[in-house]
Amino acid sequence: MLKIENLHVSVAGKEILKGLDLAVRPGEVHAIMGPNGAGKSTLGNVLAGRDGYEITAGTVDFGDKDLLQLEPEERAAEGLFLAFQYPVEIPGVNNTYFLKAALNAQRKYRGESELDSMQFLKLVREKLRVLHISDELLHRAVNAGFSGGEKKRNEIFQMALLEPRVAILDETDSGLDIDALKMVAEGVNHMRSPERAFVVITHYQRLLDYIVPDYVHVLAEGRIVESGDKTLAHKLEQHGYAWLDERRVPERATP
Amino acid sequence: MATEHNDIETALNRRYEAGFVTDIETEYLPPGLSEDVIRELSAKKHEPQWMTDWRLKAYRHWLTMPVPEWAKLKIGPIDFQAISYYAAPKARPKSLAEVDPKLLETYDKLGVPLHERAKLAGVAVDAVFDSVSVGTTFRKELAEAGVIFCSLSEAIQEHPELVQKYLSSVVPIGDNYFAALNCAVFSDGSFVFIPKGVRCPMELSTYFRINAVNTGQFERTLIIAEEGSYVSYLEGCTAPQRDENQLHAAVVELVALDDAQIKYSTVQNWYPGDENGVGGIYNFVTKRGDCRGARSKISWTQVETGSAITWKYPSCVLRGDDSTGEFYSVALTHHAQQADTGTKMIHIGRNTKSKIISKGISAGRGQNSYRGLVKVEKSASGARNYTQCDSLLIGKKCGAHTFPYIEVKHPSAIVEHEATTSKISDDQLFYCRSRGLGEEDAVSMIVDGFCKQVFKELPMEFAVEAKKLLEVSLEGAVG
Ligand SMILES: Nc1ncnc2c1ncn2[C@@H]1O[C@H](COP(=O)(O)OP(=O)(O)OP(=O)(O)O)[C@@H](O)[C@H]1O
Ligand SMILES: [Mg+2]
Repeated sequence: MLKIENLHVSVAGKEILKGLDLAVRPGEVHAIMGPNGAGKSTLGNVLAGRDGYEITAGTVDFGDKDLLQLEPEERAAEGLFLAFQYPVEIPGVNNTYFLKAALNAQRKYRGESELDSMQFLKLVREKLRVLHISDELLHRAVNAGFSGGEKKRNEIFQMALLEPRVAILDETDSGLDIDALKMVAEGVNHMRSPERAFVVITHYQRLLDYIVPDYVHVLAEGRIVESGDKTLAHKLEQHGYAWLDERRVPERATP
Repeated sequence: MATEHNDIETALNRRYEAGFVTDIETEYLPPGLSEDVIRELSAKKHEPQWMTDWRLKAYRHWLTMPVPEWAKLKIGPIDFQAISYYAAPKARPKSLAEVDPKLLETYDKLGVPLHERAKLAGVAVDAVFDSVSVGTTFRKELAEAGVIFCSLSEAIQEHPELVQKYLSSVVPIGDNYFAALNCAVFSDGSFVFIPKGVRCPMELSTYFRINAVNTGQFERTLIIAEEGSYVSYLEGCTAPQRDENQLHAAVVELVALDDAQIKYSTVQNWYPGDENGVGGIYNFVTKRGDCRGARSKISWTQVETGSAITWKYPSCVLRGDDSTGEFYSVALTHHAQQADTGTKMIHIGRNTKSKIISKGISAGRGQNSYRGLVKVEKSASGARNYTQCDSLLIGKKCGAHTFPYIEVKHPSAIVEHEATTSKISDDQLFYCRSRGLGEEDAVSMIVDGFCKQVFKELPMEFAVEAKKLLEVSLEGAVG
């Protein structure tokens, strides 16, 4: 459902992604690991449609759509969701109000009827129950004054409510205490379905104990340099990324 | 794409919904300003001699005054001889039932129905069309409560003792250039009197409409709240879309006696001019409230989205001990609009309190200045002020400026001032859009959040209206 081919992306004249390939099918969970500055967030941002990235080559198909041609809000309505590494604060805008507007904008785009306040609140309660989030966060302004962990939980809550087809989680586990980590994992696992896929960007094998991935990829120097099953994550945890470099040296030597 | 085209078209049409002209037979005074013109104006209104004399005195004073230039505004020269100082629909009905259907239709279109069937529930309206009041709703109900709500012209005829006692008791005739001009030529406006101990049973509101071409609107409002009374008053304004600048120079005076409260809300949506700054209303307004009595309270809330130029400083003179003044403001400038607005809080009585919340939004090439004075006199022991002044910039060509003046003459005063300037960040916009919100919806949501503190001071229907206005005014501000 999400097919990335030969993606080249530059930021401020510097090439970050250098021919990235990735295919995600419905029902799959892909974990992406890789050193700092490798381009993981860049990938998430480019997929979600953020400005400021120059796509110099490559294609991204999302279902039957050419993803790169769509505006960010269209990508969202088509079912793409990005949980941000650093969610932003929007002072004065009530969290619930924000989500209702977002959900209804998506529904409108898809030609579905908009939810009224009662229907929306019912949905909210349903999701809260599953995620064990206190509704106190819902009465506050979007992310305003939230702790790091609360922001991440809020991202997962948004994901649960918006029910995307593909969710990209960018280091949603970073900065979480162990309970919050479990909650995030539960949220994801609860949403796993044959129709839905996840791309989980993380630095830690620990998250993958809770969200068991079908595939683990290593993104380094702008490419997927290694793919494997969940055991790859364990190897990385033991050996670090240097281990990969060593393995890749012979390849590089060949012109 | 066809749909996209439609969207743009609706957006364009929506831009200034109040921009239409009502085709109605109008009686004008020829353009020009002189003592004779003022006498004629006064005669047309059958005013008593004291009123005519008062006007002439103001006019003579005005002639000696220089045009003020201290505001951070670029104002083209105003030719006072090219303006007509009186324009009124020819037919002069005796009651609302006789008002020209075209006028009723105009107010319907503006969302302020006047006729019996559709009157706004719980809001009494005085409708001022060009230079005259064309009708006031709910008069009977108000009279039963002892409240006087009528046009100022009528009040001059029917309650001269009240008018003489309070008129220019808050804003003296020589107060400033535009106030003096207003005294000389004001044509109508609203008069409100809430007697002792009465809580006004409904919201009162005046809807000002400029329709005629080449005229100025000089209205004047006087609100008196006697001991222990309460009133909430709303003011709305619109004008047709024209290429010439039109002058609007109003004066509003509020008097609150012991324990009285006046809440005054404005949604100002005069025609702002086009993208290039052609046309639009010059809005020069003097608004001042006198907390004359102990424990009295005056609260100004304004949402200023219209006008090519806004020059306005709703102020409170905190004379009574323990009196309170508040000012909540949202001022938006887009395209080539300019606003220099703020407030003055003059602390005279003991333990007087004031609060200022100002939110300036600039987009396009809009220039937005906050100018505020907090003055604590020697007599004002225990005075407190809190000022919060936030600016939001949308785009790179606009400007926001803050001019706070603080004069403290009593050592016990506590004056706090906080100011912030922020931009709608790309991060915020992208965050909203990645959740499915369109760009303009995202901007208006962020702006709405920014204005929250002020909007919550507005009566419910007005808050909704104000939010919509901001959305429309900001169309095309990003992208
Ligand atoms: N706007 C920008 N201007 C210049 N360089 C940028 C910009 N955005 C990203 N980069 C650079 O692109 C590279 C990839 O950044 P990215 O955020 O995608 O890394 P990452 O893999 O997510 O790292 P981390 O694990 O630390 O989150 C980094 O070297 C970063 O400095
Ligand atoms: Mg990152």
